[in-house]
Amino acid sequence: MSVPLTLLGLLEREPSHGYDLKRDYDEYFGRGKQLPFGQVYATLGRLARDGRVEPGEAEPGDGPDRKRYAITDIGRAEVDAWLADPVEPEPHLQTVLFSKVTLALMLGKPAEAYLDRQRAAHLVRMRDLTELKRTGPLVDVLLADHALFHLEADLRWIDLTSARLTELAEAVRKR
Amino acid sequence: MNTPVAAGGTLIEARDVHKSFGQTPALRGASVAVGRGEILAIMGPSGSGKSTLLHCLAGIFAPDRGEVWFEGNRLDTLDEAARTKLRRTAFGFVFQFGQLVPELTAADNVAMPLLLNRVRRRTAYQTAGTWLDKLGVGDKGGRRTGELSGGEAQRVAIARALALGPKVIFADEPTGSLDSLTGEKVMDLLVSLAREQGTTVIIVTHDARVAAYADRVVMVRDGLVSLDLSAAEAPAAKHAAKAAN
Repeated sequence: MSVPLTLLGLLEREPSHGYDLKRDYDEYFGRGKQLPFGQVYATLGRLARDGRVEPGEAEPGDGPDRKRYAITDIGRAEVDAWLADPVEPEPHLQTVLFSKVTLALMLGKPAEAYLDRQRAAHLVRMRDLTELKRTGPLVDVLLADHALFHLEADLRWIDLTSARLTELAEAVRKR
Repeated sequence: MNTPVAAGGTLIEARDVHKSFGQTPALRGASVAVGRGEILAIMGPSGSGKSTLLHCLAGIFAPDRGEVWFEGNRLDTLDEAARTKLRRTAFGFVFQFGQLVPELTAADNVAMPLLLNRVRRRTAYQTAGTWLDKLGVGDKGGRRTGELSGGEAQRVAIARALALGPKVIFADEPTGSLDSLTGEKVMDLLVSLAREQGTTVIIVTHDARVAAYADRVVMVRDGLVSLDLSAAEAPAAKHAAKAAN
């Protein structure tokens, strides 16, 4: 699941309170499905336990947690590695890909290079499935066809997104 | 950019090729090396220069600058007559449209390049018949190609490209006008027969499902070979899992 890494990525922009993190997550990545407060604080707790974020001193005020969290070097390395690692090419991965691209653009990281790696991973998977189709029984052919059409749709999204990166970067940074 | 090639060594190569049409640059230093028996797909957005690169490799276009090598010899410095001869003897072509003469029969179309290479008429037509059989259109030999369906015509075109025993087949959007299933059958035949013959195939396509038949894929962007997708590996460790809930 990419929620912890997405929160970690948001913290790479600037240290933040749980409330602000939730608001930014919902705005950019929620797509109509809000992240529960409980999940935000539980995730921050685990990230702190694992040394990926560092909580500041509690600040006075209302609310469950007034700590400001900052990303650590370990957390930063984790985000870099996650962004650079192509997602397993399988159908319905658009939400993870979408999060990676948006976050990369926000952080001024090489989104195009990430998309290229994803494109390569997809093409390799498509090649394996095509070989399976050429040699396998008809049931495998049908299943491979289904996967191939979904991977092709992802690739078309990757192509279109690559072509729009400059525009997207401007849009993401303006907000 | 250096690109890896198949174990058999390089058969054909473009080095820093530039080509413009009027004021419009199509290639701006494209380089690619293709191995013996390798099946290479060239992908890229519309207008990226991928077809121009294919045409330069095939000696159809002469580059403005840069070099094209075939079997260890410069191809781009040959005169037009020598290039035409090479295209006729060592290269086969499968394009989306237009390489068949619609008024001639399928057998005539396949036999034609053989006859042009001074193969005896009887042998040429026997060879044409054999290849049309291999492509599953042996019963269409007497039909005019203008009367054939798109899929049948492309099979005839592949038979024609392979009949001469070429070293390289150049295919530009070979399934562009076909439905999915017909396109798949055409690609399957092209790739299977090329592998059987050890023929190198260079396919230009915008279709990832066509590129998936290739051993290697390169991307052309803004007139350059910008990406070689041969070395791609499956995604590594799942970092998401490490930080998962």
